[in-house]
Amino acid sequence: MTFIEYKSLSPAQRVIYKVKEFFSLLPGRVKAFFAAIGKFFRNLGNSFVEGLKGYGSRFASGDASTKISYLVMGFGNFTRGQVGKGLAFLAAEVLYILYMLNFGLVYLNKFDTLGTTQAHQEINPATGRPMMVAGDNSMLILLYGTMSILITIVFIAVYVANTKAAFEAEQNQKAGRKNLTLKEEMTDFLDGKYHITMLSLPVLLISIFTILPLAFMILIAFTNYDRSHVPPGNLFTWVGLQTFRDVFKVSEGASKGYTFLALTRWTIVWAIFATFTNYIFGMIIALMINKKSIKFKVFWRTLFVVTIAVPQFVSLLLMQQILQDDGVLNVILGYMGIPAISFFNSTALTARITVIVINMWVGIPYTILSTSGILMNIPEDLYESARIDGATPVVQFFQITLPYMLFVTTPSLIQSFVGNINNFNVIYLLTGGGPNKDANLYQAGQTDLLVTWLFKLTMDSNDYNTAAAVGILVFIVCATLSLITFNLSKSSRNEEEFS
Amino acid sequence: MIKSYKLRRTIADVVIYVLLGVLGLIWVSPLVWLVLHSFRGEGGVTVPYVFPKQPTLENYKLLFTRTDVFDYPRWFLNTFVVAVFSCIISSLSVLMVSYAFSRLRFKSRKMFINIGMILGMFPGFMTMIALYYLLKAMNLTQTLPALVICYSAGSGLGFAISKGFFDTIPRALDEAATIDGATRNQIFWKIILPMSKPIIVYTVLTAFIGPWCDFILAKIIMGDKRDNYTVAIGLQKMVDKEYKQTYFKQFLSGSVLVAIPITILFLKMQNYYVEGVTAGGVKG
Repeated sequence: MTFIEYKSLSPAQRVIYKVKEFFSLLPGRVKAFFAAIGKFFRNLGNSFVEGLKGYGSRFASGDASTKISYLVMGFGNFTRGQVGKGLAFLAAEVLYILYMLNFGLVYLNKFDTLGTTQAHQEINPATGRPMMVAGDNSMLILLYGTMSILITIVFIAVYVANTKAAFEAEQNQKAGRKNLTLKEEMTDFLDGKYHITMLSLPVLLISIFTILPLAFMILIAFTNYDRSHVPPGNLFTWVGLQTFRDVFKVSEGASKGYTFLALTRWTIVWAIFATFTNYIFGMIIALMINKKSIKFKVFWRTLFVVTIAVPQFVSLLLMQQILQDDGVLNVILGYMGIPAISFFNSTALTARITVIVINMWVGIPYTILSTSGILMNIPEDLYESARIDGATPVVQFFQITLPYMLFVTTPSLIQSFVGNINNFNVIYLLTGGGPNKDANLYQAGQTDLLVTWLFKLTMDSNDYNTAAAVGILVFIVCATLSLITFNLSKSSRNEEEFS
Repeated sequence: MIKSYKLRRTIADVVIYVLLGVLGLIWVSPLVWLVLHSFRGEGGVTVPYVFPKQPTLENYKLLFTRTDVFDYPRWFLNTFVVAVFSCIISSLSVLMVSYAFSRLRFKSRKMFINIGMILGMFPGFMTMIALYYLLKAMNLTQTLPALVICYSAGSGLGFAISKGFFDTIPRALDEAATIDGATRNQIFWKIILPMSKPIIVYTVLTAFIGPWCDFILAKIIMGDKRDNYTVAIGLQKMVDKEYKQTYFKQFLSGSVLVAIPITILFLKMQNYYVEGVTAGGVKG
């Protein structure tokens, strides 16, 4: 059904159509989502099995020097004229063994317990005086253990590539083809294997500074690394799903479960309000600027866009200072005889309304910027006929503009919803999470979002495991939303072209 | 009838002008206040009027002369150095990754793209602690290289926009060049990059602006080492309770000095962004 056909339905038919459409698409979407996940793992499994098969069959059918390459990496290449390549494989093997013997194994050995000896006092046999003996550092064991596992995975990939290269070199020789020299191999990296040249450095950086820390933090969620288990003085260990149970368990008094529930509720309310106020008001302003008879369009647009061009920490710090109890707004209000308003420190409701309003100030220019182009694309004849039928601008907005925009921009709307769930800056710089009037909240204030709570848990109270668990939960929500959007935008790409 | 229609339209226009005027005023007034009061000579944190009574350049001068507690020029230089280096590294990795994903076909390309997308969905703060200890193990905490690493190491994940741009360049160009004997390396440098000016400028500017705006990572990495602060953390420190009374006006002037170049760059970047996206659309 096209947009125009949809618009020609009566309101009741529209509701029925919407509901029907939603439920008819829902199972498909959910199924597609899980099918995609299933397919991913099946592919992964398949390629693993394939790799294993190839690994075995190459060993079985290869000649002696190929077989030796299974133990001494690069041997097959080395004996068949590819000296440089062979040496590179050999170097990788030697480096890996040296790393493991000198560093990796020490930590991997303790990976299952995360250390057993705590730091303690001992009598120094030489002097007879007590001295501190450093124990195991669970944090380092976990970090370097994770690192060693990742390095091992990479090494296994290199190792398999080595067996493949040895076998290929053998096949080439048997078939009478010349094996590539080092120089030819190198030039191939600028053409046929250019993707390796382009991707290796970024992938390396991302592995070290994104994937490794992420894997580490995900593992932390399954340990008891909290404020009473902080290394190097104390040990922490694996506790399975206990942290998640704590986060979901609501009990009397200040607890993590209560806080999680309260903050999740506020995060959702915040995300809904922040997204839709910005969306609707931004669109209205954009419509006003883009109205044909309005002059100085560039001037008006710049006026609004300047506020997002200024670095966010400057504008938000400025707003925070202006709205302080003794800030300039209250001083001016006092001058006019109006009693001062405590924007951030009186009640949760005032503070929440304040951050949502300030967020409009921050966010509406983004909407103006991003929707102007699409608004211009709405077919003019829709408005024309509405005007002839006597529709007022307000009716036109709610009957034409808004449905059209929702139709086209749902994916970006969900994206900004996800962005608002993770909107750290606005909350952190404006209220810092306060006011803290609810004593049942654990390490959080009443305007804290889940992400700012995560930040406080790591920075202020050292509850790393809870923080990691919260991070994982936020990730699951955001990833699900994003994946659904991704599917939506894929399926609706054709529909978007109707105009 | 025609007259009244015209009249109604004029009234509507006037209403819109008034609304836009009022809203525009609301939007820029905090910034105007910021600029005006950075020139204010009298008073402490706040004064109950809009126009400063003793306009002066003193606040700007103090920023560069009273450097014993808050060394603003040094912060500015720090931020600039960090921004330049992380800009070079991130632009290169973004362009390289998006070129590979967009124009090269290789095994497991789809898998790499998916993994990249999923990694981007984790809240960034989750990795902070591990990152901190990793940098500490490398003996890099409280140094500027650590900041460069933090800002640029993961930047390859932000390939979406430039990949979208590369996707719109006709593949026939690549094929023609390949027939003429060009390698993929030559195609990248001699054909694709020269055609992608808007998206390159956009990528470079985004990467350059980033370090000027981040305060949270910088704060964690620098801790109490004030010599290596960036402008963002430094300015935030100035409005801490203990310093606010003395330094508030310098906070204002300092903010103006960072905001001006960044605002100009941002507006430029927006133009290139629009140019890049629409140019892509036409070609596609």
